[in-house]
Amino acid sequence: MVDLDQRLNDWKEFIAKRKEKDYFSDFGPPHYANFLPPVIKKNYGKWKYHEILKCGVLKHVAENGDAIYSVRAASPRLLSIYTLREFCDLADKYCDGFLRFTSRNNVEFLITDESNIDPLINDLKAMGFPVGGTHDATAGKYALSNMVHTQGWVHCHTPAIDASGIVKAVMDELFEYFEEMKLPALCRLALACCANMCGAVHASDISIVGIHRTPPLVDDDGVRRMCELPTTVASCPNAAIKAKPKEKTVEVNVEKCMFCGNCYTMCPGMPLFDPENDGAAIMVGGKLSNARHLPTLSKVVVPWIPNEPPRWPGVVDVVKKILETWASEARKHERLIEWAERIGWEKFFEKTGLEFTQHLIDDYRVTPYQYTSYRATTQFRW
Amino acid sequence: MSETPLLDELEKGPFPSFVKEIKKTAELHEKAEKEVPVMAKGVLKQVETSFRDKITHWKHGGIVAVRGYGGGVIGRYSDLAEEIPEVAHFHTVRVNQPSGWFYTSKALREICDIWERRGSGLTNFHGSTGDMVLLGTFTEQLQPLRDELAELDTPFDIGGSGGDFRTPSCCVGPARCEFACYDTLEACYQITTEFQNELHRPMFPYKFKIKFAGCPNDCVASIARSDFAVIGTWKDDIKIDSAAVKEYAGQIDIQAEVVDLCPTGCMSWDGSTLSIDNANCVRCMHCINKMPKALAPGDERGATILIGGKAPMLEGAILGWLFVPFMEMEPPYDEIKDMVAELWEWWDEYGKFRERIGETIWRLGMSEALRVAGVDAVPQHVQEPRNNPFMYFAKDELVHSDIVKEFEKRGLKLKGEAGEED
Ligand code: SF4
Ligand code: SF4
Repeated sequence: MVDLDQRLNDWKEFIAKRKEKDYFSDFGPPHYANFLPPVIKKNYGKWKYHEILKCGVLKHVAENGDAIYSVRAASPRLLSIYTLREFCDLADKYCDGFLRFTSRNNVEFLITDESNIDPLINDLKAMGFPVGGTHDATAGKYALSNMVHTQGWVHCHTPAIDASGIVKAVMDELFEYFEEMKLPALCRLALACCANMCGAVHASDISIVGIHRTPPLVDDDGVRRMCELPTTVASCPNAAIKAKPKEKTVEVNVEKCMFCGNCYTMCPGMPLFDPENDGAAIMVGGKLSNARHLPTLSKVVVPWIPNEPPRWPGVVDVVKKILETWASEARKHERLIEWAERIGWEKFFEKTGLEFTQHLIDDYRVTPYQYTSYRATTQFRW
Repeated sequence: MSETPLLDELEKGPFPSFVKEIKKTAELHEKAEKEVPVMAKGVLKQVETSFRDKITHWKHGGIVAVRGYGGGVIGRYSDLAEEIPEVAHFHTVRVNQPSGWFYTSKALREICDIWERRGSGLTNFHGSTGDMVLLGTFTEQLQPLRDELAELDTPFDIGGSGGDFRTPSCCVGPARCEFACYDTLEACYQITTEFQNELHRPMFPYKFKIKFAGCPNDCVASIARSDFAVIGTWKDDIKIDSAAVKEYAGQIDIQAEVVDLCPTGCMSWDGSTLSIDNANCVRCMHCINKMPKALAPGDERGATILIGGKAPMLEGAILGWLFVPFMEMEPPYDEIKDMVAELWEWWDEYGKFRERIGETIWRLGMSEALRVAGVDAVPQHVQEPRNNPFMYFAKDELVHSDIVKEFEKRGLKLKGEAGEED
């Protein structure tokens, strides 16, 4: 039996102790029990089942029959404090002030009075924050949840593509699948603006990743001022960078470079941006839940699409085509990888109409991780 | 004419628009009492320029930090600072989120008030690692911002960045999910507070992430997005409520949608009774997901630990490798704390600069990592045994052979052995 009040007291004591120091630091996140609605505190660890009332509205029922309703609204992830304050107003009006965010950046309002659901949904809609993105596993009906993504041109210094702009364009085009649960299985979308992939691009059903296609340019002066030669040389996984100690700079064997950009992260004197050649690769078939098919990495199916701001029609078209081909061909509960493996990758390219090119044949020889026999799942027998 | 014709295109359409968020901030921040310029205006100009040029205009950040902390603030500068002085500095502050991303309106409002005065008013709820992200401020605002966050009734601390223990995150777990096999929120909270020093002072070869998922559905992507994934599981039998199964039989085709899709074929259904050969169940969650009222994880609960998960940078992506098949997950989580500390010590010593622990393990061998953590090798560690015979054997595993002594007498000798003169 979990005593959350006890935990909260322990936290308060811990904070009080830390405050005795000269400088109040290293006190960690506020304890979550500060922020849980009473019905959650009461039923912590005692939830029995859940059901989906309609797209975007979850009902969780506890062993004792108590219920909590979660209303899930889309978010662009980048939020203004003025919008956050409006969310707070809604939370005060309908949820005694309680709200949370999901791992896919949706906002969820936690309601105990069922009659508040529809008024809240209407208020959210009026604000421009539509409700949806849930799935009903029992019924086999799935909506598209928010697309997890990175910073892009809004804040990042290494991106090959923008993030928020592409996500907005894709989600607008696929909006009907967010609002209605009409996909045959879960389909997770992700975008990362470079191969650092501060997002689960490498294990999502359909994902977009920014790639560079040209080697870094060496700004000798910049290298001298800002970079350390040994770490810069070591930063290249393909050993394409050679130090020129006499000149205190480096040179790049352009034949060996595969444009990962790691050198630029280490050394600002080696920018590798090229607006006409940077762009997006499309990957599919990754998943990370252990349900049925093993977790698996995403695979590249389109090597490059140019940057086409403001609405990236090329990227949007390809994503939509893949999604809709899968949705119309897959069996109930069959995720993209399960479908692609059932029909075969040859048929995947045939049915989606995507062109298979030599770029889709692996020639990155640095590591054979993917051939390892280590187990990469929680699926095993005792 | 609009100054942002390209961005204006992204105000259209039904999905919430980040451009609207920035514009709204630019407009409302103007009237607010604040220590900074209307930075959102600068963001609009700068991002519009990027949309036109198809290139980022943010520069590498130098070291910016607050007193006593080495991480948690990402330095960022505009390369257009002369034209757009509002965003000459645009540093980001990562604020350690509460477990499960639960908030009250009171706490959020207090943060908004501080951020209105001391920064751009733009945020991410949340960043990729899980932190609350305060997006963009000037260097001189960082210290007062940190101090004001610390002075709140429920104080907020900053998160991790760089080569350190990154801010951990967890799924909603027992707070609102019937599948949770351990208390993800408390585990996340306790492990975060235990390792504040490692979180706030970068000293590792590279980043190290821990994520806590309550069951193998892994709603926080721990297997792909953390170096150390703690995923709930159970050892005994799946609990079956037969009456509830019968109810589902009226709604769905149990044979086709549940039994036939089980990856091990360990379930059977005769039209009225569902049975599971639990010895063959691999706890994938499929059947439980489909029939949450009827099926539930067993009672003997804990977690499976996977290690090494990461994105492709640099040597390719890794999905976490099975490391500990079962670990009990009860406060104060000493087993996990000890194991993490031991692994860090080893990785710190042997890991190369900017090498994630998965890469170090790959380079030095899983057996080495298991030895360091004191975990015995078991069949669960592999999907299948290795398919090459190039194994390493320790001296004490070898047996004496006379003929080698004979060779040595004739002057043949092993060259290049560790510690031996050439
Ligand atoms: S990982 Fe499992 S326990 Fe956690 S929220 Fe998802 S389904 Fe629930
Ligand atoms: S959890 Fe997965 S493996 Fe186990 S019985 Fe259910 S479907 Fe089969």
